[in-house]
Amino acid sequence: MSLSLSFSFSLAPIRRREKKQQPTAMDTAGKLNSSSSELDLDRPNIEDYLPSGSSINEPHGKLRLRDLLDISPTLTEAAGAIVDDSFTRCFKSNPPEPWNWNIYLFPLWCFGVLVRYLILFPARVLVLTLGWIIFLSSFIPVHLLLKGHDTLRKKLERVLVELICSFFVASWTGVVKYHGPRPSIRPKQVYVANHTSMIDFIILEQMTAFAVIMQKHPGWVGLLQSTILESMGCIWFNRTEVKDREIVAKKLRDHVQGADNNPLLIFPEGTCVNNHYTVMFKKGAFELGCTVCPIAIKYNKIFVDAFWNSRKQSFTMHLLQLMTSWAVVCDVWYLEPQLLRPGETPIEFAERVRDIISVRAGLKKVPWDGYLKYSRPSPKHRERKQQSFAESVLQRLEEK
Amino acid sequence: MGNTSSMLTQYDIEEVQEHCKHAFSQQEIVSLYQRFCQLDRSGGGFISADEFLSVPEFAVNPLSQRLLRMLDGLNFKEFVAFLSAFSPHVSLQQKIEFIFKLYDSDSNGKVAFHDMLDVLRDLTGQFISEQQREQVLTEVLEEAGYTKDSMLVLSDFVKIIFQTSCWNFEEPFLSIAFLLRKGVFALG
Repeated sequence: MSLSLSFSFSLAPIRRREKKQQPTAMDTAGKLNSSSSELDLDRPNIEDYLPSGSSINEPHGKLRLRDLLDISPTLTEAAGAIVDDSFTRCFKSNPPEPWNWNIYLFPLWCFGVLVRYLILFPARVLVLTLGWIIFLSSFIPVHLLLKGHDTLRKKLERVLVELICSFFVASWTGVVKYHGPRPSIRPKQVYVANHTSMIDFIILEQMTAFAVIMQKHPGWVGLLQSTILESMGCIWFNRTEVKDREIVAKKLRDHVQGADNNPLLIFPEGTCVNNHYTVMFKKGAFELGCTVCPIAIKYNKIFVDAFWNSRKQSFTMHLLQLMTSWAVVCDVWYLEPQLLRPGETPIEFAERVRDIISVRAGLKKVPWDGYLKYSRPSPKHRERKQQSFAESVLQRLEEK
Repeated sequence: MGNTSSMLTQYDIEEVQEHCKHAFSQQEIVSLYQRFCQLDRSGGGFISADEFLSVPEFAVNPLSQRLLRMLDGLNFKEFVAFLSAFSPHVSLQQKIEFIFKLYDSDSNGKVAFHDMLDVLRDLTGQFISEQQREQVLTEVLEEAGYTKDSMLVLSDFVKIIFQTSCWNFEEPFLSIAFLLRKGVFALG
């Protein structure tokens, strides 16, 4: 199935253009053309990607009773979706095969558990606490006392945030390999990366103090967000607010114009995915009229599965899980900056960048919007299927 | 993953196999169980309509509501029995019976004009007017030798779907064999 998906990706831009030129047979009072919400415009034709039952759409001669009664292609699609679907696969964390199943390996594994929980974990907690003490004792004075000297204060705050992130990474024994040129502070540029967990942000922040756009979280994370990250120029959004999008879009545009704002980091997937797939990128980051620098992150699952399933675990539990594993090993690739090509829509641009990131990190692309985790797909997709079937029925009725 | 006990005993597997009349192999039943547990997020032992609709590929299917009427509240045994119509080891007759059951919403063994119209409406939505739908259906019914008032039974369905000369026995009909064969329950 993945083979057919990748094949249709290369066809997708061509097919989309063809679809636009075909006049719709039923232009009933413009009802077809209205999309219910702005969210719909984010996604290109999903039909181009889905392996659809083709016999509905391939008319052969005159319409007969059999063609109307035989609903098997649609049913097969539905049953296929029930048995396995590409969306759920993106958020599934497959536990690794248990290797501690025999008498020699089991004691070894037990020993490993003891080392991890009783030696490594306390050491890591110590390192992290030390880091926080150093950080807070430097950050609070700098933040409060240097109110007048903004450039100096910003510079020190950047260094300190990078420091505390390094402490975080050390507390999971993070082994991060960075490839490619380090990000620089320049206006009119934005960084995009694939998203697996909130630690993506910490790993990237360790190298460069980014300003990130995130969902406001509750609890201690929210506290950190409103105090420390605020000083980095981070932008908050609220998934549930519809008007929020315009406000955030404006904030983004303002931020990228500023010459000494920290470089902006966006996770266009909008949700954490399990590091084997990428879901559709939201076009917001790609219509700011500036250079987009892709970053690809790939975690090595042998050491720990870094996917944060926010429905199953709180962030605290996730961090604890990381701190009691052997290590967090990952690769970060800073890829070549991309510009919007002439004649390319932001959605096509987003897909192109997603392609670049997925290829680099070895991830499979999936044609679903990450927000479908929280909401139902728009009726537009079902309507498109209905429309194509209706058109083929009417067309075949004409044939004698 | 699943909060319910994700361990199926050999006895359970055999019981399920009996119930679905050996439509699936034991390995396939284990895979289906993993999938069942994955969809059954609340761990209640059955998948609710909401949980089915959280699969976007299923939610965009025009027949999803109709299928949900048959799927809602099924436990695992019944779930496998439902899917058995899509197994390659099941006869064509049984597959047509599944399609018949989908049409026959009041389960009286007969499919009337309005039943067929309902399914056609699901498939075409707002893109054909009601009047045109009735007209199309009447036309093809008459061409096949029935009238608007005919009540079709299962044998009629079998005759209609198989009779055309372009029927290709090589092509899989109503089968998800390709998914089960690939063992897609592993990542990628």
